[in-house]
Amino acid sequence: MSRMTTEQAIHQALAEEMQRDARVLLMGEGVATKRRDLVQDFGAARVRNTPLAEAIIAGTAVGAAASGLRPVIDLLFAPFLTYAMDALVNSAGKLRYLSGGQFDFPLVAMSMTGSGWCVGAQHNHNLEAMFVHAPGLKVVMPSTPADFKGLLKAAIRDDNPVLFFSDLALLHQEGEVPDDREHLVPLGQAAVRRAGTDVTLVSYAKTVEACLQAAAQLQAQGIAAEVIDLRTLKPLDEATVLNSLRKTGRLVVVTEASGLCGMAAELAALAATRAFDVLRAPVVRLTGPDAPGASSWVLEQAALPTAEAVVQAVQGMLAEMAVAAS
Amino acid sequence: MLRVRAYEETLVELQRAGAPGTCTSVGQEACAVGVVDALEARDRILTNHRSAAHLIARGADPGRLMAEVLGRVDGYCGGRSGSLHISAKELGVVLTSTIVGGELSMAPGVALAQKMGQGEPGGIVAVFFGDGAACEGIFHESLNLAVQWQLPLLFVCENNDWQAFVHRRETMPDNAIADWAAGHGLPVATVDGNDVEAVHAAACEAVAAIRADGRPRFLELVTYRLRGHFEPDDQAYVDADELAHWQARDPVQNQADRLLAQNALDAAGLTQLRQQAAARIEAAVSFAQASAWPDPRTLTRHVYAEQGVQP
Repeated sequence: MSRMTTEQAIHQALAEEMQRDARVLLMGEGVATKRRDLVQDFGAARVRNTPLAEAIIAGTAVGAAASGLRPVIDLLFAPFLTYAMDALVNSAGKLRYLSGGQFDFPLVAMSMTGSGWCVGAQHNHNLEAMFVHAPGLKVVMPSTPADFKGLLKAAIRDDNPVLFFSDLALLHQEGEVPDDREHLVPLGQAAVRRAGTDVTLVSYAKTVEACLQAAAQLQAQGIAAEVIDLRTLKPLDEATVLNSLRKTGRLVVVTEASGLCGMAAELAALAATRAFDVLRAPVVRLTGPDAPGASSWVLEQAALPTAEAVVQAVQGMLAEMAVAAS
Repeated sequence: MLRVRAYEETLVELQRAGAPGTCTSVGQEACAVGVVDALEARDRILTNHRSAAHLIARGADPGRLMAEVLGRVDGYCGGRSGSLHISAKELGVVLTSTIVGGELSMAPGVALAQKMGQGEPGGIVAVFFGDGAACEGIFHESLNLAVQWQLPLLFVCENNDWQAFVHRRETMPDNAIADWAAGHGLPVATVDGNDVEAVHAAACEAVAAIRADGRPRFLELVTYRLRGHFEPDDQAYVDADELAHWQARDPVQNQADRLLAQNALDAAGLTQLRQQAAARIEAAVSFAQASAWPDPRTLTRHVYAEQGVQP
């Protein structure tokens, strides 16, 4: 184990996978500028600065992926993905299927999002659910440095196109990261961060921490909350969520992304369709608002579900239970 | 060219009888045949929704193409593509996209993989698109990257005057897309796209140049879409005089006339070639219509690669 930041864990994953597989290459605006050691170790052909043109960066990655390379592209901020939508959604996501399986698209599209840098809505937009909705793509959004490394390595080795979202607020967070070059976190496996029997808190990225803080506060009140970190949004680890729900009967979903048609809605639907018989309270969604991200620190923070909000939601759920029982 | 023409005219008849419509390339056959014949087996081709001529020129089996158009299991893509995005990896026709400009977005990546040693040594990539795609922003991004990264890529613009249902004169102030390419620093050639020998000569020259220095080239083929955007299409929006002008320049008839004039072909020989093409397409129709429908239980097969994380 080594202690490092998320940014360092990402860098280590890139370096290890480029070392392991000569087909892996890195492209994007500034990747060669920022990662000089990778240029030195693997050559300028495999670490390529690009024009500031997301559509052609993504399109080039799609073409290269179908032709034997395993590109990783850094598209910087998630809102810029809309420029890359055609290549990612229409090409990478659909041409495997439309061609009858003639092509694979082993590529990773990295981008950053989330509040914390006061950069406003055109650099901060948790639009991950847009890609969850697109067939043929996988979507990853980790919360710990160890997972950033293990999931990025697994994404690079996956033969499918993977959207890899990095929460801006987590980039400088430190944590223990395995040194093992085979430290892989399989896509599609959620992590139970804390075990509990009274309520299931499901989240991913920065709001996992809010759930953990809430769980600690709730424990002081005698309420045992289970905290699930999804880590991968697609494929969704339904089994881990359902197993927890069968234990607790209560679900609170916490996301920074807005609620309409998002992951929180999907998890509420999962509970309603697959665990209705064990639900002891209505599902609660704590999400960001249907509003663009503001720049002002105060407004940016106001859009975030907090630990206090999670605690209140759980208390409300249990209070309703108490009223119903009396 | 005769086989392409027979294939697409048969598709028009099938559509009238209820088969799915297609985007034909009637009138543009010389572009496809002239360029594809200048390529080698080690080269890769990207095309678009108007792809039949490129595929047939590359040696695609008209029966499997037609089966794909009809949505049958023996099609090149198992019936999942239909006419609009037929890829045939075994022929080197890859990543066919019906998104106008999609082919231009992916072509640099295919050429980059080639440059980085993934294809057969010395192979190049040719990408076919039209004047409509040239009006997409990705056109410029694609050309710029190909020049900057020195990619072995042949851009082939079939300027057919039509962008779906809109004439090119309504969409761009210039006539020459090659001028835009030249602005990106690309060596360009503009050729009569209805003259298969002229297209072939220009394509051979461009291909040889790309193989020699590994840098991209641009070919603008001036041609015309003789049929509508998508069958059925009554072309009521087409100027009759303009259409008549281009019908008189039919690339298939022109080449037949030229060969007859050169005594390279006689009338009986031409008749025989036409009959051979017709027989080939007739067999293709029989093959396609006899092909099974895909099993609905396979609906979600091929969405994802099975190989995920290697433990």
